[in-house]
Amino acid sequence: MSETHHPNYPKIYLTLVILLAISVAGPLVGIRWVTLIAAFGIAVVKADLVVQNFMHLKTERRIAKYVLGAALALMALFWFGIAPDVMEHHGDNWVNDAAIAATARGIAPPGEHEARPAAPGGADSTGAAATPSSGPGK
Amino acid sequence: MSSRPIATTRSASGIPTGRLAIWWVLASEIVIFGGLIASYIMHRLGHPEWANATAVTKTWIGATNTFVLLSSSFTAVLAHQAAEQGNGPRAARFLRMTILGALTFLTIKSFEWGHELSEGYTVTTNGFWSFYYTACGLHALHVIAGAVIMAFIARDAAKNRELQRVELIGIYWHFVDVVWIFLFPLLYIAK
Repeated sequence: MSETHHPNYPKIYLTLVILLAISVAGPLVGIRWVTLIAAFGIAVVKADLVVQNFMHLKTERRIAKYVLGAALALMALFWFGIAPDVMEHHGDNWVNDAAIAATARGIAPPGEHEARPAAPGGADSTGAAATPSSGPGK
Repeated sequence: MSSRPIATTRSASGIPTGRLAIWWVLASEIVIFGGLIASYIMHRLGHPEWANATAVTKTWIGATNTFVLLSSSFTAVLAHQAAEQGNGPRAARFLRMTILGALTFLTIKSFEWGHELSEGYTVTTNGFWSFYYTACGLHALHVIAGAVIMAFIARDAAKNRELQRVELIGIYWHFVDVVWIFLFPLLYIAK
């Protein structure tokens, strides 16, 4: 069994718990960008602490980093390949009618979930079903 | 001829084969969870109306489960440390504490899902809930699988057998923790 350098685990654990508390407290400030930075910025820091210190990637051989890096690169390829088609609802030669209709229909806020009547075309009150697409969109 | 498995006797690229295999498993897991999470982010950004759906989830429940998983990762790494010191029974104790964390996580998740389902939010309610149940369900399956494997490894570790496996299940468990670290802000905080 290979010997691993063991950092101060209680200190790292305490740091993770403090970061969790900050990410939960972020939305209490009521400023959207503070919430997002507190949530996702801290998530990245927490994940890095776990990966580097608990999984010991910091002291692992480079081959492991290449293996994980290749998987992340595939994810980046996936993102840039399809993100424009999913995030946009229309392009030069296509229209995503279902997505446009779902956005226009909206979703009932909490508390009104069961109170709203069913939308035309079989869609439920929360936009479950997409309207039939009339164009070449997805 | 040795009867020990090749994963413990052979070292490819300077890494014990068993550990290299775990890294490969995690690479495939990155694509599975990464694809799911990336798809969620794309749809969330493309559908501002989902904000009303995300407002339903309870942040304090997600935070409690995050705390539980972080704590279980802590005990998992202490088990690894004990295993490297050759103290199998101590490693087994920490692994059982990690299993307790897994069971706590699943119990909280069960109550949360029960409440949400009783409120009428199902996997077919809308896109957000489809992602929510799929991502959390897939993650919960990984928690269950990890806890079951850990139980077998703890049984052997208590007898000072196959201690190298403690590190391997630990690496897997930390990954399950990392996935939740990203699911928590996506599903519970960004509203």
